[in-house]
Amino acid sequence: MDFRFDIIAEYMPFFLEGMLLTIVMSVVGVLVGCVLGFFIALGKMSKHAIIRIPFVWYINFLRGTPLLVQLFLFHYAVLPTVLGDTTAVTSVLVTLSLNSSAYVAEIFRAGLQSIDKGQAEAAHSLGMNKFQVMRYVLLPQAFKRSIPPLGNEFIVLLKDSSLGAMIAAPELLYWGRAAAGQYYRVWEPYLTVAVAYLILTLSLTYLLNYLERRFDVK
Amino acid sequence: MISVKHLKKTFGELEVLKDINVEIKQKEVVVVIGPSGSGKSTFLRCLNLIESITEGTVEIDGKVLTDKKVDINKLRAEVGMVFQQFNLFPHKTVLQNITLPMITVRKWNKKDAEKKAMELLAKVGLEDKAGAYPDSLSGGQKQRVAIARALGMEPKVMLFDEPTSALDPEMVGEVLEVMKQLAEEGMTMVVVTHEMGFAREVGDRVIFMDQGYVVEENDPKSIFQNPQHERTQAFLSKVL
Repeated sequence: MDFRFDIIAEYMPFFLEGMLLTIVMSVVGVLVGCVLGFFIALGKMSKHAIIRIPFVWYINFLRGTPLLVQLFLFHYAVLPTVLGDTTAVTSVLVTLSLNSSAYVAEIFRAGLQSIDKGQAEAAHSLGMNKFQVMRYVLLPQAFKRSIPPLGNEFIVLLKDSSLGAMIAAPELLYWGRAAAGQYYRVWEPYLTVAVAYLILTLSLTYLLNYLERRFDVK
Repeated sequence: MISVKHLKKTFGELEVLKDINVEIKQKEVVVVIGPSGSGKSTFLRCLNLIESITEGTVEIDGKVLTDKKVDINKLRAEVGMVFQQFNLFPHKTVLQNITLPMITVRKWNKKDAEKKAMELLAKVGLEDKAGAYPDSLSGGQKQRVAIARALGMEPKVMLFDEPTSALDPEMVGEVLEVMKQLAEEGMTMVVVTHEMGFAREVGDRVIFMDQGYVVEENDPKSIFQNPQHERTQAFLSKVL
């Protein structure tokens, strides 16, 4: 079997561009997801069912339906209706952000609920109000415990951003498909794309391990 | 100082406190004893509303705890509490554990808070541990830090919820010593404990609780040497 490295070489600038977009989309997705997820976690932990239930169903929907279905729904239906128009990248960004917010919310909630009840009791007994207890006692501890699962979520999101190729967002897999289409070759482009994803996820794994060690020092 | 009237507390179907009436004067050291499940910890936790009150009233320093107009956070700052499990903040150093509530609740500036915190650490004999994290301390040291942290708020009353029950036997003494010193300084204290020696030596009054009621209360000497109630006798014969 001959292996045409020249195809890979020719497409290399596009693959690199695609990788950059993949990185940008997943970083934005996870960051927006973290901000939204934090508030959704608080909402889901509300004592009042009227506040809690919408957040419960927000999470149910985003975790219980396929990401590809969500992407199509947002790209072809929701965003065109709401914004009048959308681009593939916008749709991927919105979908990834919302999807990750649901997962991140559950990570934060689990982190907060894993903190011993005595911590909040001690803080309250010292006269701290709800906000102070959250801000100075519970969140710092919960955040530290959330780092490993957040890292996993980041890696999952980075891989799932490849679904963007289905609506022609010019990320990594999109360019793989383009090369495959142009040369009627499957091994070279898809293997390259797979290796590129592997490089990204492994780098991320190492970076996260480093962060985990850093934060463990307190 | 503290006035408890017809206090009731239920957890669902379970009635833990049935009708508690207790008066505690300023500078008094009241020791609460009783078998496990008698409601003594729950009683203590109702005194600063860590546990909600089902019925009855608790009045501290003239303020009714369940009164909607009372700022409960402000009131809690006046009532220090020490827990069986210490509940130090693991992500903060010993010094930060003590200064955090001073800075956030009392609005002291950092420098004054640290100065005061170091004085308190000296008082409990741990000034060399200021920069350490709780994980590196022994149980006795953790509990002494917890006491210093509560004292940082300059409370009017201190509540102790089995402060030595989670400690190795050789560390019980150092914690009791700090508590004894506090009592001598005139702190109003309510202590739930199994340390009968402490009750006898330091307590002004002993309250015996069983099955959600105060069964008997008296000065330590009378209650230990001449318990009136059958249940008190049965309990004391087991623990003494």
